Amino acid sequence: MTLYLQPTSVDEAVQALAEHSLFVLAGGTDYYPARVGRPLDDDILDITGITDLRGINEFDDHFHIGALTRWTDVIEADLPAFFDGLKLAAREVGGVQIQNAGTVAGNICNASPAADGIPPLLSLDAAIVLSSTRGEHSMPLVKFIMGNRKTRCASDEIVTGFRIPKPEHPAISTFLKLGARKYLVISIVMVAAVLERDGDKIGKARIAVGSCSAAARRLNMLERSLVGQAFTSGIGEQVLESHLNQLAPIRDVRGTAEYRMDAAQILVRRALEELVADDG
Amino acid sequence: MADIQLTVNGEDVRVETAPVKRLAHVLREDLGLTGTKIGCDAGDCGACTILLDDKQICSCLVPIAQANGHSIVTVEGLADGKKLSPLQEAFHRYGAAQCGICTPGMLMAASDLLARKSKPTEQEVYDALGGVLCRCTGYRKIVTAIMHVGDTSSANIEVPEVGQAVGARTIKFDGAEKVDGTALYGADQAPSDALCLRAVRSPFWRATFELGDFEPLKAKHPGLVDVLTANDIAGLNGFGVYPDVKDQPVLAEGFVRYRGEAVIALVGDAKSIAEITDDELPISWLEQEPVQGFGLPLAEDAPQLHNDKPGNILAHGEVLKGDIQNGFDNSSVVFEENFQTGFVEHGYIEPEAGWAQRVGDRIEITVTTQSPYMDRDEVASIMGLSPEDIRIVPTACGGGFGGKLDLTVQPLVAIAAWKLNRPVRCTFNRLETMAATTKRHPSKTTARYGCSNDGKLRAFEFEGDFNTGAYVSWGLTVKDRVPIHATGPYYVPNVRAKSRAFFANETPAGAFRGFGVPQVAIAHDALMDMMAEKVGIDPLEFRHINAIRKGQETATGQKLESAGLDLCLDALREDWQAWRDEAESFNTNSTTIRRGVGVGCMWYGCGNTSIPNPSTMHIGIKPDGTVTLYSGAQDIGQGTNTTMRQAAADGLGIKLEQLNLVAGDTDQTADAGKSSASRQAYVSGNAAKLAGEDLRGQILRLANVSEKASIKFGDGQLIVREDRTSREIDLSNFPTVENGDVLRGEGYFDPPTEPLDERGQGKPYGTYGFAAQIADIEVDVELGTVKVVRMAAAHDVGKSLNPQQVEGQIHGGVAQGLGLALMEEYIPGRTENLHDYLMPTIGDIPEINTYIIEDPEPTGPWGAKGIGEPALCATAPAIFGGIYQATGVRVTQAPCTPDRLRAAILAQSN
Repeated sequence: MTLYLQPTSVDEAVQALAEHSLFVLAGGTDYYPARVGRPLDDDILDITGITDLRGINEFDDHFHIGALTRWTDVIEADLPAFFDGLKLAAREVGGVQIQNAGTVAGNICNASPAADGIPPLLSLDAAIVLSSTRGEHSMPLVKFIMGNRKTRCASDEIVTGFRIPKPEHPAISTFLKLGARKYLVISIVMVAAVLERDGDKIGKARIAVGSCSAAARRLNMLERSLVGQAFTSGIGEQVLESHLNQLAPIRDVRGTAEYRMDAAQILVRRALEELVADDG
Repeated sequence: MADIQLTVNGEDVRVETAPVKRLAHVLREDLGLTGTKIGCDAGDCGACTILLDDKQICSCLVPIAQANGHSIVTVEGLADGKKLSPLQEAFHRYGAAQCGICTPGMLMAASDLLARKSKPTEQEVYDALGGVLCRCTGYRKIVTAIMHVGDTSSANIEVPEVGQAVGARTIKFDGAEKVDGTALYGADQAPSDALCLRAVRSPFWRATFELGDFEPLKAKHPGLVDVLTANDIAGLNGFGVYPDVKDQPVLAEGFVRYRGEAVIALVGDAKSIAEITDDELPISWLEQEPVQGFGLPLAEDAPQLHNDKPGNILAHGEVLKGDIQNGFDNSSVVFEENFQTGFVEHGYIEPEAGWAQRVGDRIEITVTTQSPYMDRDEVASIMGLSPEDIRIVPTACGGGFGGKLDLTVQPLVAIAAWKLNRPVRCTFNRLETMAATTKRHPSKTTARYGCSNDGKLRAFEFEGDFNTGAYVSWGLTVKDRVPIHATGPYYVPNVRAKSRAFFANETPAGAFRGFGVPQVAIAHDALMDMMAEKVGIDPLEFRHINAIRKGQETATGQKLESAGLDLCLDALREDWQAWRDEAESFNTNSTTIRRGVGVGCMWYGCGNTSIPNPSTMHIGIKPDGTVTLYSGAQDIGQGTNTTMRQAAADGLGIKLEQLNLVAGDTDQTADAGKSSASRQAYVSGNAAKLAGEDLRGQILRLANVSEKASIKFGDGQLIVREDRTSREIDLSNFPTVENGDVLRGEGYFDPPTEPLDERGQGKPYGTYGFAAQIADIEVDVELGTVKVVRMAAAHDVGKSLNPQQVEGQIHGGVAQGLGLALMEEYIPGRTENLHDYLMPTIGDIPEINTYIIEDPEPTGPWGAKGIGEPALCATAPAIFGGIYQATGVRVTQAPCTPDRLRAAILAQSN
């Protein structure tokens, strides 16, 4: 007999995880596709009954996105421009049906190299909050995702949410996704970018690229080089091939490695140009 | 087990089930609500979309436990009794449902949208329906329907008078059941006590295997009732679409030729057969190195797939006309190019499904199919029964496109039901349908075209290799159709065209909308553009100069009696010139985004190649005066249930709505051949017309009146009027002829064809459909992405039996052609799902201007010819022509994915 547990609180959930080896299920949008034509014989911890984990809240110095926040919730939430990139990404997570069911934490924990949610959250400097009977702790998202479908989520932990620090300066963001069709497409390359504006200059830049390495990457060298540059069109020309050295794309059914590198550079340039243009 | 309480379509229901079970499966299996369809079980197709607490959701991704206490609306909840909702009514009237399998999902996604916004913009419709795939309609009529909910007057549905049914925009006969969720498909109607069957398939591309003892497995899984092996096959363990080629085993015997080949079949209760894992099975495998691709199978000393096919060559095809050498010698402009295409998946949203039961010494198979009579004859041969002992009852067919011609579930469920004397059902899952069933043939071709300075074509030479995969399937048809059609729809005096089909350890390639013609269209039309440019003639005018005309001879020496390509090009000229000019002026100010407009032409022989492919139809009157058409022309969404009635009604002279229909069932209808090869409108349309005329003739003779008389069909009687005299025929005293009918008309038509001689000369088809399409596209040259902005399609259909259906075929063909051009490539073993295999979504298909051209075919019913396949073939060349104008890159490989196009753009600029 398989288990199907439906806790209504985080305490109950982590208690169950301390006692059993369980598959944590939320929106189901990754669980079921991996089991087409296979029996559904996992012991399950269905956390969707923990209603406290759904929603986005603002605090003094940060925002908190609950683990069970659906992508549609992100789209519909009243959030500052800083979150525009995340909202654009939310619209790219499958079709509306998937956005209505799939959760932010599920997309992150599934840790696909092509997860639409990861680059924007990386560009927001998100920290992930995890809970177990051992207590609660958080770590930078960039550290949490170790590689293709690998995370640092321990088997007795659940993700409870994401902590998004408020930017130092006024900030804007965007998200660009490249795929071979309009909807329901797994990206070939995607780019999320946040620019903070300090007067006429770029105060801070955070740029993440997905689908071009086992886990989405921040382009730290580029980010550093952009700080202090004029916040004006032409900024895209600052993007050099060497800034993308951290990426290690593969060839797959969606494109070659060379193409991905090439397209990543173009998309990063476009994202930056779009941001400085929009903020006119 | 969990005790689940739901509100479904306003009613409270309780169900006891496993909490992890998919909501979609609970709706269908536990609650009997089969209106919700399952296309993939993975959230990739959206067919199972329902409303959960008023929000659209894929019910295949929801554990039933999460729905506990919540409210659900399915397609069955939309109508008010028999009265369709305004949204359903709009879908019905605008022809938004073809096969209907995606329709429930489309309707639910649209319901969600309309509840939030009663007058949405087109963009909002795209966004709301972006998660539901449709493979038939090209989405355009769906968008139109949603934009016209509540006011459907612009649908212009006609209710024709007597004698005016043909050509009228009549409503789809089986349309209402497709929008209210009551149409029953392959997976929707097995009895609840049916056993389930699951085929176990080879995990290797090439291997030998031995089967061990299955008794321990049965002991371990009491719900496993039986394991079918090749030993259970009483007749011939082989099937194939040609009468003399039965090379594909139903269940493999010691050797497999592709990954996905059926080896054994597990029969039992659903849960038990699902639970059995591959490592529990007593099958010992010895994997061998497969021969795949275009190189290895054709290499010297390559391992052979079939003992009787040396060099892995299935067959050669050849067409020779005139003097090719002389033709090229007299050409002042000659271009040669190599082209390549990959496997393409049909992508029907309904996977293969059906069930069988033994009825005495007969077996009845209820199945989704394109070819009821071929199914019957093939199953008979496999079971060692006579064809009359097999009954095929076709269900509503959720898309075919050639993929539901070959046998899939039919022999498996039949053998099991026969052996166990219990009903047995089988439904393929998405991975299985993609891995196991046929694809479009990958091709590598070389084409050479020559013309004189005035632009007149002089000579054409072609060689093409086509990979038919592990088994013959429709490989012989492809190798025949390719050289016949390779020139394109142009007059060329000198032709040498050769084709070769070969085997490889890959998924079998079979019939897919066009049988090799879409592949050759990419080649011939690229060369047309190159020659046009060189001689300095506009690409459209260059085609117009060379368009084959009535009275001219094709490459096989067939003199055409209907050839409307020049008329198609005339119809497009205005759009063409305007769009080309717009593109040119756009490009003067734009470097990153470039516009381009291309033109593609095609032709397609309607019917099977050089073989008899007759259709027989019956029409009968019962003593109560009701009239019924018995049509075996299987409706796979293209609308034959509608158009055959139109043809028969006008043949007989009855008001369309008075004509009933019995469709498909091999016990009740005659053989109308397969719904393939764009033959039903032409071949079965003739048979339906002739059946009507035959019955009319009988009635007129009974009344002793002339041809000019009219017949009134009333209750239990016929009233025949001529001039001022009127005669009543009382039917109640007539003896029954068949099936309760007292009078019965028959129509038979076999297209006039001749075999091809050793030079490929002859008359392979009764007639040909022609088309020209233009595509206005936008290329992002930095990323290599292509967006099709708009299209125009002109199709010579001889006579449009029903413009609504013709437009639907054109839209759907364009969508599949766009997929072939830009995104669709099935890579065996790697793209066996609908997220790695990409088909166009609603956001990918632009507005399509359709022009219906009618150059009547003398042998067609009212002049009609086929449209099913022509719709697809011209699209890719048109798009590729647009890419050329935009970028200067000549596309030679389909699909032209972003990485390929970007690489070509970079290579060109270096």
